[in-house]
Amino acid sequence: MPTALVAEVAGRLARRARWRPLEYAFWLAALASVFLLPGRHLILTEIAWLALFALSLDLILGYAGIISLGHAAFFGLGSYLAALFAKHGIINEPVLALVVSGLGAAVLGFATSFLVLRGSDLTRLMVTLGVALIMREIANQIPDITGGADGLQGVVVAPILGMFQFDIFGHVAYAYCLIVLFILFLLARRVVYSPFGLSLRSVKGNPLRASSIGISTNARLVAIYTFAAFYAGIAGALLAQTTAFASLDVFSFERSADLLLVLIIGGTGYLYGGLIGAVIFKLMQDWIANLTPQYWQFWIGLVLVLIVLVGRDRIGLWTGGVRALAERLMRRFAPGAAPVPVPPGEGR
Amino acid sequence: MPVVLETVGLEKHFGGIAAVAGVSLKIEKGARHALIGPNGAGKTTVINLLTGVLRPSAGRILLEGEDITSLEAYKRVRRGLARTFQINQLFLDLTPLETIGLAISERLGAGAQWWRLVGTNPLVVEEIVEILARFHLTDVMYERTGNLPYGKQRLLEIALAIACRPHVLLLDEPAAGVPEDERHEILATVAALPADVTVLLIEHDMDIVFSFADRISVLVNGALFVDGAPEEVARDPRVKAVYLGESLDA
Repeated sequence: MPTALVAEVAGRLARRARWRPLEYAFWLAALASVFLLPGRHLILTEIAWLALFALSLDLILGYAGIISLGHAAFFGLGSYLAALFAKHGIINEPVLALVVSGLGAAVLGFATSFLVLRGSDLTRLMVTLGVALIMREIANQIPDITGGADGLQGVVVAPILGMFQFDIFGHVAYAYCLIVLFILFLLARRVVYSPFGLSLRSVKGNPLRASSIGISTNARLVAIYTFAAFYAGIAGALLAQTTAFASLDVFSFERSADLLLVLIIGGTGYLYGGLIGAVIFKLMQDWIANLTPQYWQFWIGLVLVLIVLVGRDRIGLWTGGVRALAERLMRRFAPGAAPVPVPPGEGR
Repeated sequence: MPVVLETVGLEKHFGGIAAVAGVSLKIEKGARHALIGPNGAGKTTVINLLTGVLRPSAGRILLEGEDITSLEAYKRVRRGLARTFQINQLFLDLTPLETIGLAISERLGAGAQWWRLVGTNPLVVEEIVEILARFHLTDVMYERTGNLPYGKQRLLEIALAIACRPHVLLLDEPAAGVPEDERHEILATVAALPADVTVLLIEHDMDIVFSFADRISVLVNGALFVDGAPEEVARDPRVKAVYLGESLDA
């Protein structure tokens, strides 16, 4: 009897990591866009690296509860490293340069992770913001290397794997970014559904208890922060390689703040939030900018306010679909119903 | 019996107030040791010092003869020192299944594995099922912990400490806030702990204390007041005085 129960429990646990139909649909749609939307590959390329960047923030915010206003520090470092590797021919092959740039960002992530271990959300916001500002100023102060305020020009990116040359329509760039995004998404998905990923959620939920059952909370936070910095660095490197350019704005405060906005639009803690958020954010930006070129930030701001007012708990809507919504409505309107309990995901 | 947990002149000051003032306590292996005292006596502070949640202002803590005074909290757990909390400290967004799994994976050194999926380690799953059954949590194991009734959460609180397979277990008012008719379930699980597990119990309910403990320490104003077998403590006029609020000189 117990063995049957053990098998059932193992099955239930394993099932959670199984691919859902909506996930297949998402990636099939992404694949289809390569072939069906050739005229939109430039903006799709931007969506792809932004999605990876937002996925990186989701790993620390959605899973470990570390809020950051300076994630551009890692993005920017990855960006400059990739641009410098290409410009000076240090690493010509883009894929290798991409990985090394990500590793460079990971080193910075590891070094600065110790600053976000302690303290409240406010402290973390300030510390991460400070790190990004410092990185920007360093880049500004060494124009011999970075090109300073003019940006790093004259970057020529070699063909990917020596075979695929970047083109001006963004066809190769989009396919490249999408493949990188997909591979790193698979890895993140693996990590999130692992014992390590589960322990991150426990550290986020209750660090006191996590350490009381033997979890080294600091080591877990350092690990995920470093891992996320690697992702952010790769995203930045993708930007540099696909535009053959790097400038100071890769470190800008707006970039970090927009990223938080992307993640809030998509929702945190289920991996697709950053991806969906990036699609919505970029398309909205593009659409609104076409309608009212001067005022697009007004509309973005309005959307942000509405989203936050409507509620942070969109996770249930995306993952559980209509059923979760229906259950909530039924509970709310059921005759003599008790006050609506706090919905899942609302806890901190 | 060998001493398994010992404090030497343990002190903790908050600002100018001495919450714990020179406590030297010896707990023998396999003991059922109760720590009692009026509200504000410093009982929970002692537990927090023992488990590393707080650092002592002075004094030493020895676990199985080794000095653990400056050891981090999570490392003490790995050395076999686990606790429960007076107010539930659970992972509200996780299920009991995941919660217990966390503690077991961690103990088996598999808690940081990122390359395998949760639920694919049969050793962990078997033990989760066993512990959940022992604590009557099998029927709610897939539910969100935050949605469980208080009694079940309290059981999970204790089950989680047991899942660390401690040599020394510190129970901070395990039955606190549990309705009378559900108490026996919790006390039965505590009574059924293996004999070689040493238990230090903080409790206000004297019925529980005297039915459970084979040794009692009384803490008053942060200092150890009386320490002895239950019958000695029960007879001690000073203890009565403290609990009845009488002055000692009277």
